Amino acid sequence: MIVNPIAGMGGPVALKGTDGPADVATALRLGGQPLANDRARRALMALAATGPLEIMTAGGLMGEDAVRQAGHRPIVVHHPAASSTSLDTRNAAQEMRDAHCGLILFAGGDGTARDIFGIVEDKALMLGIPTGVKMHSGVFGTTPESAGQLAALCLSQDAIQLQTCEAEIMDRDDRPGTDGRFATRLFGYARTPFERRLIQSAKSTVGHGDDASLEALCAQLAETLTPGCLYILGPGTTTARILHHLGLGGSLLGIDAVRDGRLVGRDLTESDILALLDTGPAKAIVGVIGGQGCLFGRGNQQLGARALARIGRENVIVAASLNKITGLKPARLFVDTGDISLDAVFSGFIPVQIGPGRSVMLRVGG
Amino acid sequence: MTYARGTAHPWMANSVESTKQEMLAAIGAKTIEELFEQIPADHRLSRPLALPPALSSESELRRHLIQTLSKNQTCEANLNFLGAGCWQHYVPAVCEEIVRRSEFLTSVFGSPMSDHGRNQAWFEFCSQIGELVNMELVGLPVYSWGCAAGHALRMASRITGRREVLVVKAIDPERLSVIRNYCEPPEMSDHLAVTLVAYDPATGLLDLSDLRAKLNERVAAVYFETPSYFGIIESQGAEIAALARAHGAETIVGADPISLGVLAAPADFGADITVGPTQPLGVHMNCGGGVGGYIASRDEVKYAREYPTLMISIGETIKAGERGFGLSLFHQSSYGMRDKGKDWTGNSVYMWAVANAVYMSLLGPEGFHDVGTLILQRAHYAAKRLEEIPGIRIRLEGPFFKEFVVDFNETGMSVAEINRRLRKEAIFGGKDLSADFPELGQAALFCVTEIHSQSDLDRLHSALSKALAS
Amino acid sequence: MTNAIKLRNYHAAVWDEPVVMEMGHPGRRGIVFPQAEDALRAAAGSIDAMIPASMRRKARPSLPELSEPEVLRHYLHLSQQTLGMMGISLFGTCTMKYNAPVNEAVVARPELAQVHPHQSEEDLQGTLEIVHNFDLILRELSGMDQFVFQAGGGADAAYTHCCVTRAYHASRGELEQRDEIITTIQTHPCNPATAAAAGFKVITLMLEEDGYPSLEALKAAVSNRTAALMINNPDDMGIYNPHIKEWVRIVHEAGGLCFYDHANFNGVMGKIRAREIGFDACMYMLHKTFGAPKGGGGPAVGAYGCSEALAPFLPAPVVIKTENGYALDSDRPHSTGKVREFWGNIPQVVKAYAWARSMGAEGINEASDISVLANNYMEVGLLGIRGITRSNPDVDSWRMEMTRYSLETMKAETGIGTLDVQNRMVDFGMDAYWLSHEPWLVPEPFTPEAGEMYSKEDLDYWIAVLAQISAEAYATPDLVKTAPHNQSIHQMKYESLEDPDRWAMTWRAYKRKRPSVGNSDS
Repeated sequence: MIVNPIAGMGGPVALKGTDGPADVATALRLGGQPLANDRARRALMALAATGPLEIMTAGGLMGEDAVRQAGHRPIVVHHPAASSTSLDTRNAAQEMRDAHCGLILFAGGDGTARDIFGIVEDKALMLGIPTGVKMHSGVFGTTPESAGQLAALCLSQDAIQLQTCEAEIMDRDDRPGTDGRFATRLFGYARTPFERRLIQSAKSTVGHGDDASLEALCAQLAETLTPGCLYILGPGTTTARILHHLGLGGSLLGIDAVRDGRLVGRDLTESDILALLDTGPAKAIVGVIGGQGCLFGRGNQQLGARALARIGRENVIVAASLNKITGLKPARLFVDTGDISLDAVFSGFIPVQIGPGRSVMLRVGG
Repeated sequence: MTYARGTAHPWMANSVESTKQEMLAAIGAKTIEELFEQIPADHRLSRPLALPPALSSESELRRHLIQTLSKNQTCEANLNFLGAGCWQHYVPAVCEEIVRRSEFLTSVFGSPMSDHGRNQAWFEFCSQIGELVNMELVGLPVYSWGCAAGHALRMASRITGRREVLVVKAIDPERLSVIRNYCEPPEMSDHLAVTLVAYDPATGLLDLSDLRAKLNERVAAVYFETPSYFGIIESQGAEIAALARAHGAETIVGADPISLGVLAAPADFGADITVGPTQPLGVHMNCGGGVGGYIASRDEVKYAREYPTLMISIGETIKAGERGFGLSLFHQSSYGMRDKGKDWTGNSVYMWAVANAVYMSLLGPEGFHDVGTLILQRAHYAAKRLEEIPGIRIRLEGPFFKEFVVDFNETGMSVAEINRRLRKEAIFGGKDLSADFPELGQAALFCVTEIHSQSDLDRLHSALSKALAS
Repeated sequence: MTNAIKLRNYHAAVWDEPVVMEMGHPGRRGIVFPQAEDALRAAAGSIDAMIPASMRRKARPSLPELSEPEVLRHYLHLSQQTLGMMGISLFGTCTMKYNAPVNEAVVARPELAQVHPHQSEEDLQGTLEIVHNFDLILRELSGMDQFVFQAGGGADAAYTHCCVTRAYHASRGELEQRDEIITTIQTHPCNPATAAAAGFKVITLMLEEDGYPSLEALKAAVSNRTAALMINNPDDMGIYNPHIKEWVRIVHEAGGLCFYDHANFNGVMGKIRAREIGFDACMYMLHKTFGAPKGGGGPAVGAYGCSEALAPFLPAPVVIKTENGYALDSDRPHSTGKVREFWGNIPQVVKAYAWARSMGAEGINEASDISVLANNYMEVGLLGIRGITRSNPDVDSWRMEMTRYSLETMKAETGIGTLDVQNRMVDFGMDAYWLSHEPWLVPEPFTPEAGEMYSKEDLDYWIAVLAQISAEAYATPDLVKTAPHNQSIHQMKYESLEDPDRWAMTWRAYKRKRPSVGNSDS
């Protein structure tokens, strides 16, 4: 259990995040209240149903307090300085990884998720108690209680309901880009638990898993690429599957390009993409990024406004699992390319492919 | 008495006016009409429904229904030789009793715990079908034999990734029409091409040379039936299956389960998937409303993942040693998923599966042997007697089970006319094949089962003799 | 109001009934067949001569050997271990109705049970008359021009629509071009599934905050590739899409057909007619709305009706009235062909006809009145229970015949979710309630449908059971988590059902995979 004590403080007072001492000071001055400890305690209370547990954590406000308040016994593996920093988060995560901890439950936002992911990668499950101002990453429970119940499920011996999936770790860049904007980047894919429902009522169509459907779609897309056409593939696991079906290795977190079954660009920058677009007709295939339904502008800024304008809305293929789409609340996508007029072009409804011959019309907002 | 508002209807407890008022008061509404506020006025029906007068009195309703249905002639009052996909077998009274149990009749979905008995009966249906066909994987039944065959062909297409299926030409045209719908018209991108394989005009068996000519590496499956639509026991099952296998195609066999006490189980001569009708097993003909179809295969993941049916598995409960029966493969996941889903499932004929389970339990191994033997004897006796009549011959030389093709061409009379004359003798003659199989000319498919006594068959003989003589 | 209700002390029958495959004794018989007459046997010849050696069964099938009373008692025990509608079943979207025994008694008679579908038309006049007259009743309820009953269930009727759609567009030379069917995320999943199985691409529209998809989404989805729209209204959240006429207009303008899946007809019967709203075709489930029993999942009927323009494409035969009575019209050159052998589950059609005749126009109208009243009545009670909220809370109009509720709050506060509550309900003799179609848009959903059969006291009792379970969830969650406790068996463990090495769909598979069972078998 790792708590980022300052996470979320900036939200109620309209800061974009609480990522360092300066933000904390501002937040406090504006009347922000610490809420991470309370959220963590709520999640741990939901775990209490399984009885008092021994929980590996960091000292004081970084988890020890919440663990005690929820009636569990803390095993403190890291003692932070008086005002903890992201280094403390990373150090605690390091200890937990080295101790082969199976699940890291954390209270924080995108910044905390990124810090922990940077250490543990996919060596432990990650599950976020929603606390932060920014939560573009896909590892957060919907409420502290639901995160606690999922954690309980991870401990259960009878774990047939437990499944894990890949989830994006996304965060805002530390420094503004050349256009002065802070870009939100995709840092990688953590593994996170979710509860599988074991429904026995027969009144449903025998379907196939969402994931199987998406897999089949990726295979079909790979088989049916138009000869001579340049395909710009956005970041993420969906497009990585298409590359895999083509027998190609892409960059996962970057933008790649394919033509006639060959990789013609890897981890492309915006100018690389623009140069490639000069070479012939092009289409783009992108996934839906993050838990908030980003189409363009978070994690794929390289595919910028100028390139998108040239590719054209009608040549953009969006692919995602139905699960991902129904998880969006509200059920809509957003674009934030930095170019308001292009954002307007993409607004309205766009089909999202969820399987071969199956699509969902989703509203795209700015 | 005609039902009118103001009198409580026996099927609606809350049709008492004061109850409605109480409920309206509880929710704070003045009239029921205002509860329909969501529907725009211009969507509403502007006049009262014009329906026949209500028959709310059960005695009036019953009388009306029986009077109307009495305009039917029945196979109980007449001697029936129609089969062709819906057969008159004896339905034991225990089957009739069980399928009218309100608990079974009214169950919807329930849960494996609360509808435990129904789930167990379903499992017993699958288990007993599995013994008859010698296969370990059996799904809950689908709507009909044709639907089972259609699903099986689509399964084979998904398993092999191929888009052509070979289907024996000696098939019920109704079933073939169902299959063609399942295989989609040529305009559709997922169309499965259905190629018919000829039957030997002399024997009725599948024409192996035509099969060889049509088999290739694009063929997903070969489908044939035993007994066939013409009643012929297909003796070349092993050769057909070997040919299919050599080309990487699946062998799908349609088999009437009531024959399987005496005829070889399809798995024993190489079937990969077996399908067939369930109506012979303890379900009345019901004017065609008794039909159902089963699908079975080896218990291999590649087949299991492609079933469109519900699957019921035996399993354990949290109490040690206690068994339950739950839906399996309900959460079909990634394995084997090609570019299509696995068709659909919904309400089917699960009540009949209970009747089928009861029937199979009553018969047991000896019962299936006896009924199969008796059917063979009676059908063969009937065929021999009919052949004695001048102008009549049994058209196909192949071995047959309960149905056979009677050739009337030499009589100079149409099947329609012959059946009209038989009808006057309270006999329903065989199914007229002349329109569906013009190559047979005036021929009819006669069905003889365990219910036909020797005197029934002798009566058919004399009635037919008389019909042809006049 | 609900606090005063004393809950009954229910327990299901526990027979600990063995699987039939392990019962009986060698040599026992449950039925014997007549002996073949001597002369018949002699004339027929030897059985060996009748079956080619390659096709002879070598070993008897390993079926159980039981006496007749053993079989009867076994299946009676199994029936008693089936809850069905013995308690109160408010299974949403299925419209639980009274299944009158008079109907069962009538269809069991030889005048229907012992009738062959290939009998001549003059020998089938009773059946044909009922089928035709019921067709007329459905035409009046829907405004459509022709119904057929061949489809073996609601999903099969949706499939029928897909087949008719193919035939219609093929007749205009547009089938290759029109390969898309539009539906909504809350439309019953059989619609997209059958559309896909029939070879169409499926475009799904998501719901907006007001509970149905926007016109704008539909406009973005339609094109010259649109073959059809397939939709429920209201869907199973009890919210009616008031723009549905405009929807139909837009799809028609694009050249597509409109299919009304009337699975949720109970709340609108007698109030609206599909054809008047503009739909080309619709479907009714006779095994729900029209009082025929469910039978655990059929035999069922999806009655499919359509406009005059689509009628030539219907599966054949169609029952028609002629000068000489009733006839089967099979000569339909544009027909899509058959979706199932013969012409339908006729006993279910007769039961549905009987229901409609018993109710009459007034009764049918009153049934929809009562079902909508009862649903809104239940809302008051259910929303008073801790942990229960309803979907689309901002839609404040009265709901139709169903409302979707959520136990998200209860799950968050106690860890008890809707699947747990469902398991506990059956401890009170209440049929497990309906959750929601997949995907779940409302977290931890449940969807009761009161219908017109159950009394106000029944509805109060059902609410009281839910209140009791809510109290348990907050006080003794483990009791709910490990439910049921009063049923024929305990909570099933589902692990083995998904494991190819352990699942067993037949007894022979079970014996192979659990060798210890095989030993105890002898």
